[in-house]
Amino acid sequence: MPSVRFRLNGVEIDVHADSDRSLLDILRGQIGMTGPHFGCGAGECGACNVMIGDRAVAACDTPLWSVADKDITTIEGLGTPERPHPLQRAFIAEQALQCGYCVAGILMSAAALLKRNPMAGSREVKEALDGNLCRCGSHNRMVRAVLRAADEMAAE
Amino acid sequence: MNQPAPSPSSPKLPVNLAANPKLSSWLKFLPQGQVTVSPGKVEIGQGIVTALAQIAADELDIDISRVQMVRASTAVSPNEGVTSGSLSVQQSGRAMRHACAEVRQIFLQLASERLGVDIASLGVEDGTISGPGNVTTSYWELAEEVSLDRDAAPDVKPKPATRRVLAGNSVQRIDIPDKVFARTRFIHDWALPEMLHGRILRPEKSRAKLTGLKDGNVRAMSGFVAVVRDGSFAGVVCETEHGAEAALQALRKGAVWADGEPLPDESDLAAFLKAAPSETTIIDKRIASSPGAKKRTLQRQYTRPYIAHASIAPSCAMAQWNGDRVHVWTHSQGVYLLRTDLALVLKLPAENIIVEHMEGAGCYGHNAADDVALDAVLLAKATGGRPVRVQWSREAEMSDAPFGAAMAIEIEADLDAEGEIIDWRHSIWSNGHVARPGRAVQPALLAGFELEDPFPRMISTNPPQANGGGGDRNAVPLYDFPSWQIESHRLTTMPIRTSALRTLGAQGNVFAIESFLDEIATERDEDPVAFRLRHLTDERAKDVIRAAAERARWKPEKQPGIGYGIAFARYKNTGAYCAAVAEIESAEDIRVRKLTLAVDVGEAINPDGVINQIEGGAIQATSWVLKERVRFDRQRITSTNWTEYPILRFSEVPEVEVELIQRPEMDPVGAGEAAHGPVSAAIANAVFDALGVRVRHLPITRESIIAAMGSTL
Repeated sequence: MPSVRFRLNGVEIDVHADSDRSLLDILRGQIGMTGPHFGCGAGECGACNVMIGDRAVAACDTPLWSVADKDITTIEGLGTPERPHPLQRAFIAEQALQCGYCVAGILMSAAALLKRNPMAGSREVKEALDGNLCRCGSHNRMVRAVLRAADEMAAE
Repeated sequence: MNQPAPSPSSPKLPVNLAANPKLSSWLKFLPQGQVTVSPGKVEIGQGIVTALAQIAADELDIDISRVQMVRASTAVSPNEGVTSGSLSVQQSGRAMRHACAEVRQIFLQLASERLGVDIASLGVEDGTISGPGNVTTSYWELAEEVSLDRDAAPDVKPKPATRRVLAGNSVQRIDIPDKVFARTRFIHDWALPEMLHGRILRPEKSRAKLTGLKDGNVRAMSGFVAVVRDGSFAGVVCETEHGAEAALQALRKGAVWADGEPLPDESDLAAFLKAAPSETTIIDKRIASSPGAKKRTLQRQYTRPYIAHASIAPSCAMAQWNGDRVHVWTHSQGVYLLRTDLALVLKLPAENIIVEHMEGAGCYGHNAADDVALDAVLLAKATGGRPVRVQWSREAEMSDAPFGAAMAIEIEADLDAEGEIIDWRHSIWSNGHVARPGRAVQPALLAGFELEDPFPRMISTNPPQANGGGGDRNAVPLYDFPSWQIESHRLTTMPIRTSALRTLGAQGNVFAIESFLDEIATERDEDPVAFRLRHLTDERAKDVIRAAAERARWKPEKQPGIGYGIAFARYKNTGAYCAAVAEIESAEDIRVRKLTLAVDVGEAINPDGVINQIEGGAIQATSWVLKERVRFDRQRITSTNWTEYPILRFSEVPEVEVELIQRPEMDPVGAGEAAHGPVSAAIANAVFDALGVRVRHLPITRESIIAAMGSTL
């Protein structure tokens, strides 16, 4: 079995698996990291988004071989209750979800945006989240939360 | 017959408490200063668990952080039926409030005896009971002496609204931190020891029968555990989820299917609905005391398509057998109802089955949660006691789960010489809107229809008007027309499986009524707000219309390409009042720029929770109206992914403003379904305002606008 090496939430990791398998399958299965959620398996909903470098990508649509030597961040690596990422604080402050199933992916899309463009405004946020589907209709709260986090990060 | 009627003033228990009177089934005191609160309603993304925690903490006078909410389970929870119909705060909240008030009273009584002070002089602060002379005790000190294994009594009065500290405040939802920090809450993320993974094989062609299954190649795969087949039901179990996926693909190659059953013509739903065999019910009739003189009759027809639940997560369940007993983990809306149906299929006593709730993705009605639970139970029979987790595919979620029913609605209005409505006739053709589990002598679960010895496919029915109705929900006008007749034609065949989707028929009926009213007001050259107010007597109804209109600065000056529309409904005619103003822009497609809503839910336990629900409902309704339609050819559902079944995206979402009219003295009602009807009609009315075109067939797309030009029907 080939081995693919990458950094997951800051930790070097070696995965032995068929390198055509999807990153999501490896994360949720072999590694047991269930933050990224399965939604469609076709890269259409964003529930499984993770950050590779400063880009959000759908893990279900990303073959394992393509992440060799890359830096991958999942929601588990974003922050903790003790040391939350400003986005996590903002999503709580804005009560920016209903069911929350899509949120793991949305947080990663937003984190990637703010990494690339800390000054992002409402239009950029909506563009960055356009590949993420939310069925409960919490969109406006989520946009507000991302802008709040951006403000907080700018003030730091 | 000679028994005296019960005195109307004699106190009664809330219905759900009367059905589950044992106090200990609702709450228990834990030694370390905690209270477990155990409702029968479940979290489906609506924030109910937080609202119920607020109610309990308020009534007990404890800090909300002391409340531990217990997930519903048939092993421990009160049976509160199904979590649906915007009834959870109304039903469970009232029961919880009463139960907690009584428990507080029981403890105060005991504290009074122990401390030797008058009960009236005792107060409770965060669970500490104190009285004159600094005497104190607490719930937890006394808990061992109190048995709550007793029936609730009707004569306890909960606190008056003015003395509630938490209810009425926007307490932060208790589930949100877990969800932003990825701490396991969703059933999808759970792993039981020794858990296996299952996948189900279902036909592409609607209801095709499985006539052959070659599984040799599957059995040779690594990690293979079992193939299960019973008639047309088939599935595979493997050690890993990846393995189960691969095995399903292999199994599909070895499957031979007979032809399925034909589907209707998607391009003419009204013709199909009106021609199908149906059962007619007169829902309501009002006769004018002095009929007016009819000058002319207007007749219009409206349709809405089948709509998918389209939750972001495909349905998922886990099951584990132990001898002839089975434990099921599910995101069903009704753990007891699911248990009833599982017992029917398995031919087991209900006591042998434990059904336990775990959160799933947002649930908007009867989706596939119950179906996948039976799937998991059937697969888990073959694993020698190891638990099996089954998750549906996106494609299955979009084609095998029940849909919200398509509707054709015809309204005729007789107008007098002044253009006033003197008679109103509203007819609905639709499948029933409910085929939920646990309510009939036959099960409602998909696999049950596929077994070698199958149960008959359940045909959806409609709840009676007293329970809010189904296809006829919100069909009885709230306006003071002098006479009307409302009739419902419920289809008695069901080529496309339908069951409860948010609002049942209310979205279609409110869309039709409020579109038609707008058209009549326009013909009279009367402002649609004034027209509605003139025909309403209920002040709460008028208040939400006035509030929405005022907040939206009704009616803004005309600009090219921009339109404004208003609509109103009181959900189920007995629930939340809601008025919506839509501002749309007509470019290549219709874009909803802004929705302004006013809502009255009586007492709002968690105002931000109510606003969140209304915002969500408004955005979901916008998605239904602009985008959604289940697609099918004559053999199969074809809208099985997000490309074929698009929903509203971030870039398309309107700004939403919600004004909440607070009425703490009124009983609380739910908010989850109040916005859909008014928003749907407000958008359609705004499209007319912008383009002069009445679109009467949802969704409102470029194609439907072109088709509507020049059409009067």
